[in-house]
Amino acid sequence: MAKIKMKKKSTHTDMTAMCDVAFLLLTFFILTATAKVPEVLPVDTPQSTVQTKLPATDLSTLTIGKVNGKNAVFFDLKDREVRKRTLELMSEKYNVPFSEEDKEKFALMESFGVPIQSLKQILDMKSADRNKAGQPGIPKDSLDNQLKDWVLYARKANIELKDKELQFAIKGDAKEQYPAIRQIMDMLQDQKVNNFSLVTGLRGKNF
Amino acid sequence: MAELNTGDGGGGKKGGGKVRSKKASGRVDLTAMVDLAFLLITFFMLTTTLSKPQSMDLTLPSKDDDTSVKTNVKVDENRTMTILLGDKGKLVRYVGIVTTPLPGGTPKDFAYGKDGIRKELIARKELVKQYCISRGKPKDGMIVIIKPSKKSTYRNLVDVLDEMAIVGVDTYAIVNDFLPEEQKLLEAK
Repeated sequence: MAKIKMKKKSTHTDMTAMCDVAFLLLTFFILTATAKVPEVLPVDTPQSTVQTKLPATDLSTLTIGKVNGKNAVFFDLKDREVRKRTLELMSEKYNVPFSEEDKEKFALMESFGVPIQSLKQILDMKSADRNKAGQPGIPKDSLDNQLKDWVLYARKANIELKDKELQFAIKGDAKEQYPAIRQIMDMLQDQKVNNFSLVTGLRGKNF
Repeated sequence: MAELNTGDGGGGKKGGGKVRSKKASGRVDLTAMVDLAFLLITFFMLTTTLSKPQSMDLTLPSKDDDTSVKTNVKVDENRTMTILLGDKGKLVRYVGIVTTPLPGGTPKDFAYGKDGIRKELIARKELVKQYCISRGKPKDGMIVIIKPSKKSTYRNLVDVLDEMAIVGVDTYAIVNDFLPEEQKLLEAK
């Protein structure tokens, strides 16, 4: 009798510790993961074999794509504090007032592509509605070059708050014509930003 | 520890048989739970590392208008290859100067990718290397001038830049000025 009982016990492994570790790791990964936000301007990036990753901080992304058949540029900044400061500087320059609540919303939102005059309407929307709002892109022609100012003030804000130069990434649609890309590169170069990243997708090894 | 007593036995009665049944149901089987937990861990691990987009670094020469710095640098035409990007995937390359190209380097159409321009780039790179060694400057290499036309797409540009990275051309430049001869080359069928 005693022998049979012993056998029965040994078939069970104690999984408690394993379960504990597994859930600890699970919690860690869930908390560190950043949820993927839906893109406001979806673009199909060209592919390359280059393996370098984009920097995770001090980064601003300029998305170049098409909205209703016209070239449009959307602007995005990673760091929340820098975003707030950039908006303050922009609102001073263009005399468009923003409340503290607006700034908080702006810090949390994803990329945007509207003239600063109508930015408030976008901020008042729910984040799901912003994607459907049909944002026309940031004005970038010589008469009203707001994009240049966004870039300039974002760089200023980054240096002010973090004492580091802001990095720029260009995320262009593969079908976009070269002049549209060149315009943005020229705009960055005019501000002496000569080094930037091109966002690409991953291509197979045997290309 | 983490063992749960599920059966409550039902109050006062404590018979021998009931004690046994309690022992059997005392452990909860954690296998399924651990399975699920590890599945989720794998999912989160993979998604966090894979979601970062790839990027290609590009450094352009500064646009200084200060002419005092810019002395007219003459580049040895034996070392240059010019790649013109046209519309609908057209790509023309020539070696040397457009009007007087080097032997074997007359303007010619190429396709993108492994069997097209890459073979040519690798072959030409080797030739230029030998040429540089023969002149006693083994550190010099091929210089590629990329000229994207107005009709070329961003994909074309990135593809060519990618070729530079694959072949290992360290000196390349993106130039926007077109000579009339080059314009003709792109328009020709």
